[in-house]
Amino acid sequence: MIAITKTFAEKVIANNSISLSVKKGEVHAIVGENGAGKSTLMNILYGMYPPDKGKIQINGNEEIINSPARAIQLKIGMVHQHFMLVPPLTVLENIILGSEPEKNLLLDFKKAKERVSQITSSFKIDVNLETKIENLPVGLQQRVEILKLLYRNAEILILDEPTAVLTPQETNELFNTIDFLKSEGKTIILITHKLNEVKAISDTITVLRHGKVVGVTGTENATIESIARLMVGEDKIYEEKKANIREKKLILEVKNVTVLNENSVEAVKDVSFEINSGEILGIAGVEGNGQHELVEAISSIRKPAKGKITLNNAELKEEHNIAHIPADRHRNGIVMDFSVAENLILGREKENLFKKDITIDESKVKTFAEKLVHEYDIRPVDIDIKIKSLSGGNQQKAVVAREITKNSDLIIASHPTRGLDIKAASFVHNALIKESDKGKAVLLVSSDLAELLKLSDRIAVIYNGQINVIFDADKTNEYELGLYMTGSKVKNE
Amino acid sequence: MNKVIYSILGPLAAIIIALFIGAIIISLIGKDPVEVYGVLFYGTLGNSYGIGQVLFKATPLIFTGLSVAFAFKAGLFNIGAEGQMIIGGFAAAWTGFTFVTLPWIILIPLTIIAAFVGGALWGFIAGYLKAKYGSHEVINTIMLNFIAAALASYLVNEIYGIPATIHTPEVSGSSFLLRFDAITGLFPGSPFNTSFLAAILCTIIFYFIINRTPFGYQIRTLGLNKNAAEYARMKIKKLVVLSMLISGGIAGIGSINFIFGYKHYYELGFSEGAGYIGIAVALIARNNPFAIIITAFFFGILEYGGLTINTMVPKELVTILQALLIILVITFVRIIDVLKIKFLKSA
Repeated sequence: MIAITKTFAEKVIANNSISLSVKKGEVHAIVGENGAGKSTLMNILYGMYPPDKGKIQINGNEEIINSPARAIQLKIGMVHQHFMLVPPLTVLENIILGSEPEKNLLLDFKKAKERVSQITSSFKIDVNLETKIENLPVGLQQRVEILKLLYRNAEILILDEPTAVLTPQETNELFNTIDFLKSEGKTIILITHKLNEVKAISDTITVLRHGKVVGVTGTENATIESIARLMVGEDKIYEEKKANIREKKLILEVKNVTVLNENSVEAVKDVSFEINSGEILGIAGVEGNGQHELVEAISSIRKPAKGKITLNNAELKEEHNIAHIPADRHRNGIVMDFSVAENLILGREKENLFKKDITIDESKVKTFAEKLVHEYDIRPVDIDIKIKSLSGGNQQKAVVAREITKNSDLIIASHPTRGLDIKAASFVHNALIKESDKGKAVLLVSSDLAELLKLSDRIAVIYNGQINVIFDADKTNEYELGLYMTGSKVKNE
Repeated sequence: MNKVIYSILGPLAAIIIALFIGAIIISLIGKDPVEVYGVLFYGTLGNSYGIGQVLFKATPLIFTGLSVAFAFKAGLFNIGAEGQMIIGGFAAAWTGFTFVTLPWIILIPLTIIAAFVGGALWGFIAGYLKAKYGSHEVINTIMLNFIAAALASYLVNEIYGIPATIHTPEVSGSSFLLRFDAITGLFPGSPFNTSFLAAILCTIIFYFIINRTPFGYQIRTLGLNKNAAEYARMKIKKLVVLSMLISGGIAGIGSINFIFGYKHYYELGFSEGAGYIGIAVALIARNNPFAIIITAFFFGILEYGGLTINTMVPKELVTILQALLIILVITFVRIIDVLKIKFLKSA
């Protein structure tokens, strides 16, 4: 890719004359913070949108890639961060979807199965072809995505943040697969911002910042620190340290709680734990093991079927004003078509703080919003623009600002830094640590084990709706947590 | 400012294109479009009586437009303004011809309250079924329209109607809404009346509730992102019921224009589909209350304009033209929208 430039809506230069050369048979990592232009660049390569300027050469030939179909013809394949699979269909059906072998107008399943089996055995990717996608764990779903590309004879595989949703064990397996693919001569482009993984798996690293290439280096010549400096620029990241001396008071008590999901299945089974003031309790788990339902029960959005939740020694009621940073901010945390100011009072619109007779006092909202925008460094500094035009990190800062400024003794933070860049993530981390130092109880749900280990005092592992172990954070590690998260170990013996 | 220009430009261009296509159709049946349009424009906007008629026709459309828009703000599609207006109208008329001894200062507010309550009841039923059982408000409100029409027909034909007519007895004289020609001498001969002022007041209240109160804030949140409303622990069921109730109530008040400002009795079929046209009004006005007044005025021109050219072209053609214009305006507003986005992107 030579001198690729792409601008959106005239203002945002997503890619500013980026050149990228990837050698055949290498693992090439593209790193950069959110908004650095990684995804845009890859979407251009994959034919999702055309570049404004620049050209693309594949094997020395200049090509115009105007659609993903063309990219596939050129043997370029991409595994998106959000999988493009059809859950009720089987693995085999998903793999052949879109290029099904036909015989007499009917699907030739036999032929399809033969081909796919051949691929799975030659690339040593193990997965049962007859299982439905919805019954597979995320790690295996990802393998299906990779198989889809191999089935289409892809030579260049683009993997967009492939480890974001994986456990450490699954990540290891993915890396084994990547190594094997490389040894078979495939070229892999890895988009990520996890630097230890880059160091572990890649051959070459291209670092992007603000839409420009700021460094290209062989992996053996780089250290994690040197890459991080390139990624973030000169600004130092300030890390809040947790205070240790705290007066402990019981804030949240969850006792034998069972919660049903939408299908009336027990998603949380007989779970008990406590959180004291000034304490951060982490909940580790592979997504879909009941965290969602547990959080909804504690934030009084969903009624538990059994058990008792008490907050400050009083039974949890709907009126309890609990700070809650939801896992899916677009779905639950913000209203995209509201302004920043309007979003900053979401769920707080009835507070006396904003009241004037029967109305919401716009000038009070304005004062409040401006204060938060400055204190929490939400950019751009404009409370009247719609929040959908903010970056994900700034949207999340707005949610965090709104929730932790609520006068609540309990803060629930669910995947609070998912999809955020380093700076925004550390901002959120610092904010949570500060609140816990002020004596608030924090429930932190995350699938990012590094985050949990860094912030939590104790870490509970949820597996299949149950919490069987709670570790002191300084007495455990990612690997051990991973074993419990995947159910490889169940009880602490 | 730019935004305002764009939002006016869209419908304006749409109307011009729609009129152009209408002209082709008029030519196809062998009439001169210039002449037909000339009569239409002179008849509606070219004289004081015509303007009065247009405003008279526009008044109920402001109410039904606001009604549909209010529900839409909460993410609900109220197809039932027609039925709500019928029930509200009957309740108001009944009040008007029952409490004949009350002075106007009490009776007029009472009839308006009755109109609101009747419509609100009809809206409430759909809202309650939606909140409680999740049954879709579109189906419910359509069915309630049928029930309302049948119920009104029964009440008029079997109980309250004057024999050999399709209307009730006249309402008390003290419940009459004054005509503007009687007060100001403007719009002579047109039944354009003070219910228009109620419509303007209703528009302002609509804006105030939606944009200034915590309740309105919750309604808008619900309409734009129900999941966020849930996580903000808003009482969604209550909001659904209340917004359908208010939506129905507004439609109900839409009936007073005809009943107390014009005929002074309840007549079957008085609503003339105003509830349905209200959907188009709200849609084109993008649920903006002030734009609804302007859009309703435009539809008033269509409604009354149809009558002015009745003698020149067949009656059916007028109906076709009206429906066609509605479709075209809605379509072209969308097209202009898309073009606008593309234009802004490329600029």
